Amino acid sequence: MKLTNMRGNLLIFRLDWISIFLLLFLIGFGWVNIYSTTVGNDLSGPLLDLGTFYGKQLFFAILSLIAVILYSFIPDQFIERFSSVFYLIGIALLLGLFVFGKTIAGATSWYDLGPFNFQPSELMKMIVALALAKYLSDTQVNLRYSVHQGYAVLLLVLPSILVIAQPDPGSALVFFSLFLVLFREGLPLYYLTFVLSFILAFASTLKFGLTYTFIGALALYLSYLWLKPKRLKTPTWFNVSYPVILFTIIASTTWVYNSVFKQHHRDRFSLWLNLETNEDRLLDIKQSIGYNTYQAKQAIASGRWSGKGFLEGTRTKGDFVPAQHSDYIFSSVGEEWGFVTSALVVLAFVALLLRFIYLADRQKKAFHRIYGYGITSVLFIHFGINIGMVLGMLPTIGIPLPFFSYGGSSLLFFCLMCYIFLKMDANRLKTHFD
Amino acid sequence: MSRFFYSLVIIIVGLLFIGKLVSLQLFYEESNIVESDPAITKNYLYPERGFIYDRSGNLLVGNQPSYDVMVTPREVTSLDTLEFLKLLDLEQEEFIDKMARARRYSTRLPSVLVANLSKESYAALQEKLRRFQGFFIRKKSLRDYYTTSAAHVLGYISEVNTDDVRRNDYYIPGENIGRTGLERQYEEVLRGKKGVSYVQKDRFNRVIGPYKEGSLDSLPQMGKNIHITIDKTLQEYGERLMNGKRGGIVAIEPKTGEILSMISGPTYDPSLLVGRQRSANYTAMYYDSLSRPTWDRSILAQPSPGSPFKALNALVALQEGAINPKTTYTCDEGFYVAGVKRGCHCGGGVRDLNSGLLHSCNAYFAESFRSFYRKFETTTEAHDTWEAHMKSFGLGDFLGTDLPTGAPGRIPSTEFYDRAYGRNRWVSTFVISNAIGQGEVAATPLQLANMTAAIANRGYFITPHLLKEVEGENSIDYKFREKRYTTIDEKHFDPVIKGMEAVYTSGTARFLQVPGIRLAGKTGTVENYTRIDGEKVQLTDHSVFVAFAPVEDPKIAIAVYIEHGYYGNRYAGHIASLMIEKYLKGEITRVDLEKRMLEKTLAKEYAKPTSGKPFEINEYAW
Repeated sequence: MKLTNMRGNLLIFRLDWISIFLLLFLIGFGWVNIYSTTVGNDLSGPLLDLGTFYGKQLFFAILSLIAVILYSFIPDQFIERFSSVFYLIGIALLLGLFVFGKTIAGATSWYDLGPFNFQPSELMKMIVALALAKYLSDTQVNLRYSVHQGYAVLLLVLPSILVIAQPDPGSALVFFSLFLVLFREGLPLYYLTFVLSFILAFASTLKFGLTYTFIGALALYLSYLWLKPKRLKTPTWFNVSYPVILFTIIASTTWVYNSVFKQHHRDRFSLWLNLETNEDRLLDIKQSIGYNTYQAKQAIASGRWSGKGFLEGTRTKGDFVPAQHSDYIFSSVGEEWGFVTSALVVLAFVALLLRFIYLADRQKKAFHRIYGYGITSVLFIHFGINIGMVLGMLPTIGIPLPFFSYGGSSLLFFCLMCYIFLKMDANRLKTHFD
Repeated sequence: MSRFFYSLVIIIVGLLFIGKLVSLQLFYEESNIVESDPAITKNYLYPERGFIYDRSGNLLVGNQPSYDVMVTPREVTSLDTLEFLKLLDLEQEEFIDKMARARRYSTRLPSVLVANLSKESYAALQEKLRRFQGFFIRKKSLRDYYTTSAAHVLGYISEVNTDDVRRNDYYIPGENIGRTGLERQYEEVLRGKKGVSYVQKDRFNRVIGPYKEGSLDSLPQMGKNIHITIDKTLQEYGERLMNGKRGGIVAIEPKTGEILSMISGPTYDPSLLVGRQRSANYTAMYYDSLSRPTWDRSILAQPSPGSPFKALNALVALQEGAINPKTTYTCDEGFYVAGVKRGCHCGGGVRDLNSGLLHSCNAYFAESFRSFYRKFETTTEAHDTWEAHMKSFGLGDFLGTDLPTGAPGRIPSTEFYDRAYGRNRWVSTFVISNAIGQGEVAATPLQLANMTAAIANRGYFITPHLLKEVEGENSIDYKFREKRYTTIDEKHFDPVIKGMEAVYTSGTARFLQVPGIRLAGKTGTVENYTRIDGEKVQLTDHSVFVAFAPVEDPKIAIAVYIEHGYYGNRYAGHIASLMIEKYLKGEITRVDLEKRMLEKTLAKEYAKPTSGKPFEINEYAW
């Protein structure tokens, strides 16, 4: 091992520069797109103008850098030791929103800090990842035990509930993404099958109707019982309760869809699954609920191979895509930079995620590994849902694209979240000597 | 789960995204984009609507520019409402209402805020408009009338409604369509074809140039000018004569079937239906349910034609050999139908065809009608023959003229009477009123004029029409040039025309003489009824007159129908003779008569049925 090489070196040489370059590319290019979507008519203004979106974002990028530098001086043990305290503070911050929160676009998700708004759920993503890592890295904890499963799930569900109540269901989804960590850490996989098959059954009932889904699900379940390998052991309660719940879901889908869902939920689903047969109504949905998706798709499509060029995107700059500087920013990439660069951005995200998995797996400490998987899951769900939505492959769910979408707290905490992990990685061998 | 599984999921998602990007950015059909792309605006270029000229080339309808104030609600940022409203001469409530409506339609698309601004308001607004963000002016073309008459013939244009848009995909909301009259009939000729231009906008929504260098654009095709058969002078003169009277006048040039004038009274100035007051004006006229100025009596009113039908019945009887010009019947100041005497105003005596016509003897025509029926084995056979002859004069069915509306009139068929009385349960006495143009027959003034033209032509007519020429086209539709022959032989027309000339020289129309013009005509005094409080009440007779002149070379055939004008010559006859004189000589010698006709109105007569008081009909004094 090259331990000796590492020992005397500064932190900066031990950091994983592949990840850092990827991050810098994403942040820098993201800011370029925010500038392009929000700069408007007058290009002569200063870049760091806090009255503008791009100016604020640049300010937060600088703030992120400062935070990262400051964090470099804090020992890794600090963050591990106090992660439970952070969790409590985070929960308190979320609860505080119900009293002091500021409402923007119907969601009470912000604290008003004068010139800036602070969104605690962004911070909470990092905190939950830390808390989960802390809990799971405890040698006493084994996810084979249902009590421990219960505690772990509670860690995720509690902030989810608080966030859903804001209401901000998109962010709640992010906490659920941390389930992926649980599976990595030994939560039996059939839970995942469980949940996924329910979602699939629901969508399939809507799309193909009750009868076909019922027959299909029954056939699959029976063939599973028939063909499953002897060594695959699932608890009896699971084998019994699974089909009961599954068929209840299939049978109740229509009722839930028509009576529990609101019209705007139904419209999103019908657009996504192509359910609407009435032409007029379909057009209606496309022009209202589907307007964003439609415009985003058109903008991306018009980019062709190489895009229209920086600041030259006609559709996106004409304000045709609502929320373009935030959730729909990827449409600007698609229009102004074209296919090659868009694909490059997707690849950059994929590379970053793969790199993080690689880094996580080389950690010596469970806490570090689990935290690495945690933030990878968080980034992955953002990336997957946001771009899937912008490309029209998923229903509309409001969730930002990390490093790209406008949002100060979001940028700051994503940076900090990643840097905490990178610093853990940089110091992964250090603990042996301390 | 292993790290490879996680890595695999991430890679798959990444590949899915790249695949979707490929399909969107590299294989998306661009042609779909043009129509729905908000950065490409489709502009229509509207050609000027074709002009309408009269038969001698006088301009009747042209175009004038008009200005709509448009608003794009989301672009309205700050607004000095007070000043703006003052410039537009708009009430605040109205403004708020209209803005709300525009916003409801679309916040991004322009809506009309104020339509058809006057030139003065436009000039005032133009200077200050750039200060009012979100508002702009759309110039469009409105009809400009160079005559105050012929409103019904010309028709009007109005904005398309949802039905029009659905039926015809040429139109989009906000465009105009010919709604009635010739504007509607020749809509496709007059409107031309709109052009399209696609413009590309930049990110500030500014136009940066044609989309794809204009390769998808098309130029507008100008609307064609049309010349119509109306004689402007005669039309305007006729409408002046119609002052205060209800009824219809149709004048036709017999040799060509060209309609020289087509007048309905009361009428309105066509320019009332243009511009900002259009809606108010139209509503006012639409709700005038007594005089009904929007109802074209010249082609839609279907009264019994009265005595002019006697000429036609004489022709039928001659053709079938039931009578000859020498045949006489005795009028006992009336005639007997199934033992009941029906009256005649002719004074009584022995009548032949000539004197029967000139005195309009009911008895003579009833008897000849009866002899005609006796020629046949059965009433049905006789009646069918009669019906065929009548219909060959263009009666009892739509004439096929080039107007979008019309009425068929009625020549009752055997089936009609079978329905009314039962099969084999009616005989000639049931239908004898038709002999004198009363009873079940009905005809529009246009049909009466056309029938007269057929007599003037001695056995044929050309479908009456209004289109004389489309500029740039060789000839009009063949159906407006083709002779339609009647079933009456030419030789039978001479005695009838002689009788009709006698009507004018020494008969019921002898007071209408125009110096130097030989005229053949026939008066009609048509009994008519209405219902007041559920009771059938007789009203003052309609005054009807048909004529053609000059007899030796007919240049004009005219039918005049004046509601409740009493004697055929009292109003209809006088008006017809003035019209003929005006058309043939260009000036009027009988100034006193002209003055009387221009000034005399029938307002008193028309007020009677709705007065709620008992009233006298057919008053001698007038």
